[in-house]
Amino acid sequence: MSEKIKNPPRPRHGPGHGPHGMPSEKAKDFKGTAKKLLHYIGNYKYAIIIVSLFAIGGTIFNVKGPQVLGDAITELFNGYMAKVMGTGEINYAAIGNILLFLLFLYGVSTLLSFIQGWIMAGISQSISYRFRKDISEKINRMPMKYFESTSVGDILSRIINDVDTIGQNINQSIMIIITSVATIIGVLVMMLRISPLMTLIAIVILPITGILIGFVVKHSQKYFVDHQKYLGDINGQIEEVYSGHNIIKAFNREEDTVKEFAGTNDKLYESAWKSQFISGLMMPIMFFVGNLGYVAVAVIGSILTIRGTIQIGDIQAFIQYVRNFTQPIQQIAQVSNMLQSTAAAAERVFAFLAEEEEGEWDGKSEVSNQDNMNQVIFENVHFGYNPEKAIINDFSLQVSSGQMVAIVGPTGAGKTTMVKLLMRFYDVNSGRIMVDGRDIREYDRLELRQNFGMVLQDTWLFKGTIMENIRYGKLSATDEEVIGAAKAAHAHRFIKTLPEGYQMELNEDASNVSQGQKQLLTIARAILADNPILILDEATSSVDTWTEVRIQKAMANLMAGRTSFVIAHRLSTIRDADMILVMRDGDIVEQGNHEDLLKADGFYAELYHSQFEQTAV
Amino acid sequence: MFSIFKHVKGLGLPAVAVIILLVIQAYFELSLPQYMSDIVDIGITQRGVPDSTPLAIAEQEAAGVDFSKTQMRYLLNKGGIMLAFSMIMMSAAILVGFFSARTGASMGMQLRDKVFRKIISFSNAEIDRFSTASLITRSTNDIQQVQMTAIMMLRMIFYAPILGIGGVIKVFGTRTGMGWIIGAAVGAVLILIIILLIIGMPKFKKMPILFDHMNLVSREILTGTNVIRAFGREKYEEKRFDSASTDLMNNQLFVSRVMALMMPLMMFIMNGITLIIVWFGAKGVDLGNLMVGDLMAFITYTMQIIMSFLMLSMISVMLPRALVSAKRVNEILVTEATINDIVNPLDEKVKSAKGDISFENVSFCYPGASDDALTDLSFTACSGETTAIIGSTGCGKSTILNLIPRFYDVTAGRITLDGVDIRDISQSKLRSLIGFVPQKGVLFSGNITSNIKFAGDFITDEQMHDAAMVAQAADFIAEKDDNYESEISQGGTNVSGGQRQRLSIARAIAKQAKIFLFDDSFSALDYKTDIALRKALNKKINDATVIIVAQRINTILHADKIIVLDDGKIVGTGTHKELLKSCEEYCEIANSQLSEKELHTDMNTIITEGGTL
Repeated sequence: MSEKIKNPPRPRHGPGHGPHGMPSEKAKDFKGTAKKLLHYIGNYKYAIIIVSLFAIGGTIFNVKGPQVLGDAITELFNGYMAKVMGTGEINYAAIGNILLFLLFLYGVSTLLSFIQGWIMAGISQSISYRFRKDISEKINRMPMKYFESTSVGDILSRIINDVDTIGQNINQSIMIIITSVATIIGVLVMMLRISPLMTLIAIVILPITGILIGFVVKHSQKYFVDHQKYLGDINGQIEEVYSGHNIIKAFNREEDTVKEFAGTNDKLYESAWKSQFISGLMMPIMFFVGNLGYVAVAVIGSILTIRGTIQIGDIQAFIQYVRNFTQPIQQIAQVSNMLQSTAAAAERVFAFLAEEEEGEWDGKSEVSNQDNMNQVIFENVHFGYNPEKAIINDFSLQVSSGQMVAIVGPTGAGKTTMVKLLMRFYDVNSGRIMVDGRDIREYDRLELRQNFGMVLQDTWLFKGTIMENIRYGKLSATDEEVIGAAKAAHAHRFIKTLPEGYQMELNEDASNVSQGQKQLLTIARAILADNPILILDEATSSVDTWTEVRIQKAMANLMAGRTSFVIAHRLSTIRDADMILVMRDGDIVEQGNHEDLLKADGFYAELYHSQFEQTAV
Repeated sequence: MFSIFKHVKGLGLPAVAVIILLVIQAYFELSLPQYMSDIVDIGITQRGVPDSTPLAIAEQEAAGVDFSKTQMRYLLNKGGIMLAFSMIMMSAAILVGFFSARTGASMGMQLRDKVFRKIISFSNAEIDRFSTASLITRSTNDIQQVQMTAIMMLRMIFYAPILGIGGVIKVFGTRTGMGWIIGAAVGAVLILIIILLIIGMPKFKKMPILFDHMNLVSREILTGTNVIRAFGREKYEEKRFDSASTDLMNNQLFVSRVMALMMPLMMFIMNGITLIIVWFGAKGVDLGNLMVGDLMAFITYTMQIIMSFLMLSMISVMLPRALVSAKRVNEILVTEATINDIVNPLDEKVKSAKGDISFENVSFCYPGASDDALTDLSFTACSGETTAIIGSTGCGKSTILNLIPRFYDVTAGRITLDGVDIRDISQSKLRSLIGFVPQKGVLFSGNITSNIKFAGDFITDEQMHDAAMVAQAADFIAEKDDNYESEISQGGTNVSGGQRQRLSIARAIAKQAKIFLFDDSFSALDYKTDIALRKALNKKINDATVIIVAQRINTILHADKIIVLDDGKIVGTGTHKELLKSCEEYCEIANSQLSEKELHTDMNTIITEGGTL
């Protein structure tokens, strides 16, 4: 009925969200994270040193430029004055030489910056790639517990957004820091060489710039925070209303909803224009300060020229230097913001990478009789998700090969816990579970899980063709085998009615087939996998009862000769089980077969009757 | 982008103001180099005396005239004017910022409001057409994108051409004969941009696709951890992830390298142009066509013009994205809701409605679908009775319910309420009579009270408590710290699925409706709760029309009328007993859900057995 937005929208580094304006998140432990990050980048330290040399080289050549250009203009001016005074001519050769030298300078500078950018892009991309790789491998080593308690969106945003932020920012911030520092020093040296007095003026302008930038940033920050908040509010409201559209209509709430929305929208408007306006002040102010420098240089430079302290070309050079001087300072201000958000992103990624992993068991348990294959034994099993609160107490059960064990109980009774223990998604607190006479903790997890075929209530399929999705159960299966499995799962018929049959592409969330059809596909997948032990976790809960009957017939074939664990909501489906475990509030309260349990007239009997009790509604 | 402007009011005036201000800003910005030029050519060379020549000045100086005061006055005067110009520029730019921020934000607000109202007015047909997820993106990200672009446009996109044109006028005003250099410079910059775009565009365009793919693969891996582990497919998934990640890396690498090429080359072009200007300018100075200050001014103009082109081209890269967003927003605004009230609704006729719902030869086809979802249905659900609809998944059960509150309109036949076609009644009147409980409990952020009283403030506290009691929600509400004031988060995610369902049932009961529609609403509840709830419900709403869609047969055993639906057609109508005898499909369902014993035992025995619980 309603689709959720896939992810929180990616923060765009587009226009308007200028680096000045966005409030950057702060890392909790900036230093520690920075250390880890530096360590992570450590592999590239030689490349980074080389890049830095290129960057510094490129900057030096660039900084030298205006001064040389100034020389050319001085040469021209002097030649012109000489000509006017009738004392000489313009020296084209000299000017030409200077210009050629300049061309060389600029050429080298361009080349160096380009090589530097080229290498740096490689470094930052491979850092992002490594982060993603580490995360993806980490996912497979983490206990299931983590995924049950953390939202997918959260982990996704670390893989996608945070890693991207780190990559982009590392690239930019390293470059900006190196070039900005080199530029500031270089420009300062050049300016001092031309005129200490004028340099002083340029430096006096700096704190003014700093104060003004600080002022704007400080004030816009507040509005940006507001803006983000109201944007979040309004997005939440939109998602809620659209998803509950039917209910809004059914309860005649259109007007109230619109009114409420208008209220938030108004607030959003206020914060939007204010944040945009105040952060937009930055440009004109910086421009003004720049012009202030321009005018000061023009006037004072002229006076100095007249006194002969400096040359006319120096004014031209100085104007360029003053411009180049404020720019890197602005950039460094941005970088500090950028570093903050990098640290915040890196902190989240590192936190994820540092999460607890599935441990290996180093105990030993004696091997019991090997002759009974597919035999599953629970031996004095104790377990609790939370060590203080045991939910399975001293549970023992012996399941012989080919038996069917059903686990029933009301919603939230912990029925899937048994399965999770069996699959070693969780480890028992004490006691042991044995498969084929071996403690399951002695198996390699992969090896253990190869014993199980599983159909879950949650129908997980991926974007790809139906063929590929069924084949997931056995990657080497031929098309015929896949179709055979689909037939056994009663999926063949509906697949044939789909637009491209087995080649139909399932979309994201597989929403182009119905829930019941999805379930049939997952059953086909499990049938194809053909594992000795079957686990059906409410496998047919989403198909209607007609289909269920048919599937059950297919399953009966599948289950014959196999050990199976069936978790069921509908009791009608498990009447024939060899063993029924009745769970309530996490505890196994009764066990036995259907007849025994009915006779016992306990909780099972109560549950069973209640399913068939009727009221007039 | 542009068709969207007609949906927004009050743009014209601020836009005109902005353009005027931008012209002012550009005028003064372009005047500055002229004054710089004067400072050099007159201030220095001619000692601050206009209308003279350096030679004449030199001769006068030789004759002992002291120009130092004149010169200083001239310099300070020009400097002062430049400062004043800078101030004016800054003020103009700040005002531009003010107007553009307000205009852009107001545009965003108006669009958001219109889109929201529009979508609220949509029937399910339109919602399905766009999909909820798409509507959300359009109302949030797309409008935001349009808003940001509008601000950028006013602030920068307009300025670039104004500055560029002004610069060209100024340059030709200097009569240096070097206009061609500017042409060449702009040409070079444009060619460079076009080449880079041609090289980079395909990869640029691939960017979001690859990000989405990365996202999709990660998402699949994260949501499927248990399946992946159960099948031992960890390595397989790592490979799949790796291939998405590598694709993304390679593409990003290419794009960032293209960008890495762009900036240094731009700088090189700008610097190279300066050299050319100095060289040809030198000739001009030599011939007496221009003065050194003019040359310096010329360099500045050229830079300004190139910069404005650069800015324009940079921004034009983002314009396509905004255009796409605008188009998507516009699509919503031009879509008309297909379900509307008739001009004079016959609300009077159903003023004291009993609530009899009648389907008369109703057929329904989802928009765009080739086959009917419902074919020629006729039945009546009377007040005081329970009508149940049962059938397999996807047979159209829920569709029937959606037709009654007019979420969709029938494609053939008609549905009547007390004999009046529901299309002749206003939607609000019709819906005020209906208590609707959807399949999934949908709650809204607020608290429990606001959710149960969702139908309106006419619901008293007593009625609310009563509704909660019937819906079996009273107990868990009482257990909460703030009882009825307990907060409900967006989508109701802070209460369990079963609790959500019970609250959504309470919400419908509290409405005191005449007609209750339950869309498989009991399946999220465990059996015991389900039974208790239905018992209580039965007492509470015994005079209303109740229509229940169900999959579990035991939910509807005792309904006054059971309609068996298969593939959009009615294949049986009657009571449980009658249907067991007459309807093959019903027997199949019953067989699949009830034991032999239960099927054949007399109903009354079961009731007694159940009653002992």
